[in-house]
Amino acid sequence: MANPKQPVVRMSSITKHFLDVTANKNITFNLYPGEICALLGENGAGKTTLMNILFGYYTCDEGEIFIKEEKVNLSAPKDAISRGVGMIHQHFALVPSQTVLENIIIGADSGKGIFLDLKSARQELLQLQERFGLQIDPDARVWTLSVGEQQKVEILKALYREVDILIMDEPTAVLAPAEISDLFSTLRSLVKEGQSVVFISHKLNEVMDISDRIVVLRAGQVVAEKKTADTNTRELASFMVGRDLLEIIEKKTLNAGQPVLEIEKLDALNDKKLLALKSLNLVVRQNEILGLAGISGNGQKELSEVLFGIREPIGGLIKIDGGRLKFGNPAAIIKSKIGRIPEDRIDTGLLMDLTVEENLILENHSSSEFHRYGLMKSRKIHQFSEDLISAYDIMTAGRDAVTKSLSGGNLQKVMLARELAGRPKAIVASQPTRGLDVGAMEYIHQRILQERERGAGILLISEDLDEIFALSDRIAVLFEGAIMGEAHGEEASREQIGLWMSGVKK
Amino acid sequence: MIGFRIVKREPLPGWAKVVIPIAAIIVTLILSAIPILIAGGHLWKSYYYLFYGALGTRFNLLETFVKASPLLLTGLAVAFAFRAKFWNIGAEGQLLAGALTATALGVSLGGVPQPLVLPIVIIAGFVAGGIWASIPALLKTKLKVDDVVSTLLLNYVMIHIMGALLFGPLQQPGSSWPRSSAIIKAASYPILLVRSRFHMGILLSFLAVFVIWFINKKTTFGYQSKAVGVNVRAAHFGGINTTAVILWTALISGGLAGLAGVGELCAIQYRLIMDISPGYGYSGIVIAMLGNLHPVGVLFSSLFFSVIIVGAQTMSRMTGVPTYIAEVIQGMALMVMLIFLLFTEYRIRVVRK
Amino acid sequence: MGEMLDIAFISGLIGATMRMATPIIFATLGEILAERSGVLNLGIEGIMLMGAMTGFLITFTSGSIWFGVLAAAFVGSLLGLLMALLAVNLGLSQHVSGLGITLFATGLAMFIYRLHFGSPTVPPIIQPFKQIALPVLSKIPLIGPGLFTQYSLTYIAWMLIPVMSILLYKTKIGLKIRTVGENPVVADTVGVNVTLTRTLCLVAGGALMGVGGSFLTLAHQNMFLIDVIGGRGWVAIAMVIFGNWDPLKGTFGALIFGFLDGLQLRLQGMGIAISFHVFLMIPYLLTIVALIGVSRKAAVPASLLKPYRREEKGG
Repeated sequence: MANPKQPVVRMSSITKHFLDVTANKNITFNLYPGEICALLGENGAGKTTLMNILFGYYTCDEGEIFIKEEKVNLSAPKDAISRGVGMIHQHFALVPSQTVLENIIIGADSGKGIFLDLKSARQELLQLQERFGLQIDPDARVWTLSVGEQQKVEILKALYREVDILIMDEPTAVLAPAEISDLFSTLRSLVKEGQSVVFISHKLNEVMDISDRIVVLRAGQVVAEKKTADTNTRELASFMVGRDLLEIIEKKTLNAGQPVLEIEKLDALNDKKLLALKSLNLVVRQNEILGLAGISGNGQKELSEVLFGIREPIGGLIKIDGGRLKFGNPAAIIKSKIGRIPEDRIDTGLLMDLTVEENLILENHSSSEFHRYGLMKSRKIHQFSEDLISAYDIMTAGRDAVTKSLSGGNLQKVMLARELAGRPKAIVASQPTRGLDVGAMEYIHQRILQERERGAGILLISEDLDEIFALSDRIAVLFEGAIMGEAHGEEASREQIGLWMSGVKK
Repeated sequence: MIGFRIVKREPLPGWAKVVIPIAAIIVTLILSAIPILIAGGHLWKSYYYLFYGALGTRFNLLETFVKASPLLLTGLAVAFAFRAKFWNIGAEGQLLAGALTATALGVSLGGVPQPLVLPIVIIAGFVAGGIWASIPALLKTKLKVDDVVSTLLLNYVMIHIMGALLFGPLQQPGSSWPRSSAIIKAASYPILLVRSRFHMGILLSFLAVFVIWFINKKTTFGYQSKAVGVNVRAAHFGGINTTAVILWTALISGGLAGLAGVGELCAIQYRLIMDISPGYGYSGIVIAMLGNLHPVGVLFSSLFFSVIIVGAQTMSRMTGVPTYIAEVIQGMALMVMLIFLLFTEYRIRVVRK
Repeated sequence: MGEMLDIAFISGLIGATMRMATPIIFATLGEILAERSGVLNLGIEGIMLMGAMTGFLITFTSGSIWFGVLAAAFVGSLLGLLMALLAVNLGLSQHVSGLGITLFATGLAMFIYRLHFGSPTVPPIIQPFKQIALPVLSKIPLIGPGLFTQYSLTYIAWMLIPVMSILLYKTKIGLKIRTVGENPVVADTVGVNVTLTRTLCLVAGGALMGVGGSFLTLAHQNMFLIDVIGGRGWVAIAMVIFGNWDPLKGTFGALIFGFLDGLQLRLQGMGIAISFHVFLMIPYLLTIVALIGVSRKAAVPASLLKPYRREEKGG
């Protein structure tokens, strides 16, 4: 092992531009051997970019990198890997259709000749599994594994390449509480075996839990560097956001009214034709936010898609304001006044290559208000879109600007503006603030609360427990396609919700 | 070491959309020197005859318009389909469907009042092309069959349907060749200018440019078909009936190609023969791309290709360069245009390693 | 009808099936290689035509038929390289790049042919491949003569099927190819050169397509005609889908097509009173029908049609 005082990684004066955005501005970052260093910052602060530079996935515009006291020039990830740097991205770099073993040995050829030497690779893998306590069947196809297991495959893949500097990008985002503590103990044992770890996160509590040292990034710059023992979440939050306090949510006390969204015995299949929703029952009332918590992959996607009209269930029924909903038909769902915020706004929600206006009128363009005999009434359309742009404070060059030129927060505002323009009775919001910075997140939260006051019933599907607890009047937990448990917002405890999320019923 | 990376660039100003195709055409013409020189043609003489042959005399100029008509219609057909991401590579077959239908009616409508014959033939040709295109559209939307492959294969099916009919019911009595009888006078397009082949179909194809522009720009259907083309998932999510949009797009696209077939039959050949189309449907793909899928762009690119095809005849006669140079130039033009289009969105950055 | 079932007919049909499947097998294997790496090569029809023309031209001028085959492979790989330049290096639309190559190569093939031969009234011919009867095997009753009296290119095609299977599933480069086709980010992060892998697949695939085309002018016929490929490249594209991107299953599709093509030739030869155009149509129609059946379970490589650029990020 290197001299414990000497950093194993030294990045100095790193600057990186993307078009007109400066993602990293003159950043200096050190990683010391045998530590877990947290890289803390909100979405868009430049954490991932910085580590992608260390991993050779991006090249920096300015700055120098030293790995193990040697100046390096990383033009591709393989340069980084050969120097012992491995990175596990938020979206796993695995091929679902291939086996665990194939995923692990790709590019790390063992043995000579042109043929794959699966036998000795398997041997080597089993030894690694033994040593680090990461048990996975080498012959399982990756798509059959849970998210937590896939993460283990990723870690094994890095270890197989004899990596001793491991970067993990938001590794807990997709895990259940139990899996998170599992991961943390894995990380601790890795460090004991001589690894150094960079842990990218925007979650304060986790960072306090796992790290030895914390580096805080804001808007592409390092704003603080602290020993974990010498700081607290309050201080970190103010570094991270640049203000004293985190979001304060003021919720008016309202009594929930009549049911607006009723889901009865809903059964639906996922893309692999397996049962993803099993006789699901839910009720959302007027003036109420129902937070649906759960680990990704327990049916959230299928439930939201059924409610969006883009997936046909195989059984059950849904009532909106007492009227039965027609399945698998987005136009019918729009007509029955459901506002829909999809989790994947870029791929499902918005037409990125069209203008802001063309996105805003998507659901209304064929109403008689906006056309006559198939000819569009452009003046009315312009008026409508300009009204929405100002009402939602959408930062854009104008209604004719291409949508993909907007920032993430403004994209979500376009989405909200379109979906809320028709004053929906029920709103289904799936991960509405994922990937947004704090300002945009607060704006979206305020809008959702306003809709609640207006009288809408809101189903908030989120993997972010903070968000669920902050907004919900009631909290339900989705586990393996059914509701595991339900509690009132004030009475619910994190422990209880966490247990339900892991499928433990008490 | 020096390497290259392709990175996104700031959006280009509007005039670039006009300048880029023109630049692509110029580069293509320069590159055409290579096959000309290989063929042993004298370079300047070849270029001279290429343009003289297309534009130099009244007759040649009008011939260029005659040739542009089917290219314009197939180009519009492809552009309209591609805009909605319906990958219609089948304009050739749809053109033949139009020509075949026009033949069947054109030889048999003797008993119908004369002024009605041509409108019937035109509409039937349009509908036939549209129906032929709607088959792959239905296969795509209902059965998820890849449209590129199905439209391509259907071209060959149509060629053989035509072959079977030209050796069968449509064959000219007494002939041993695969050709039909001549269509009746009332079914042929009026010639508009004396001592030329400048016919009414040419005006129809110009009219089609306006109609397609109007649909794209002013109608809800044009909006829907653009939305489907940009992101079919999001369009579906937004309540658009994507199946219907693709189907109607196919009908219009195939109909335009069918009109090209009607024009070739009723104004040029007057009887159906196996080589009624020298690949207009495939040229339409190049023309649509070069015209950036915009109707006005398609108008200009079809005129350009018409110049090349008509001019290549004269060039070949005078310099001995095979007329197939026109096809080579078409292929090159497509690739050059693609590369130029790439650099409207990206630029090359030199990186030192 | 008795005539249809006699031994000579069956044997002849088996032979014709094998022959007519040969160019499709070459082309299908070439296309599978390209598509498994993530690139749809619609240049296939044009590449096959260039292969057919080049093979014929070189054989005609050099007198050596194997020279012709090699030249066809070489030209095919060059066009594969051009496809790689457009669709991989520059990341252009694979659909349009491929069609561009087909148009360009089709024009070029006819241009070069005319340039060299002019427009003769009687097309020039070459001395084509001769069929080789394998000892012992070709003596097996009923199926022997048909299966084992074939052109050497047909034997090569059949040998290439297991070779391609082993290449894809058992070798290191095969795993790299499959990974590049499924998820280029994964491949890139473990140090596999995505651009190079895809380029090599297109080059090798192009060579196979070129040879497939040359079979038609060097074995099936002894002359070059403009419509000699007649959509077989597109059929190969369909066979790749039909065969779920697997060499063995794709070849099975090619055999069905070969059978229909062979049947059509046989029946035509027997003067059956249905227009031969109807028979010519059947293989294409059946290919479309076959696509209906498979499109639902298609195991399409996840990154097919998607160009890969590492540094693409807005903010």
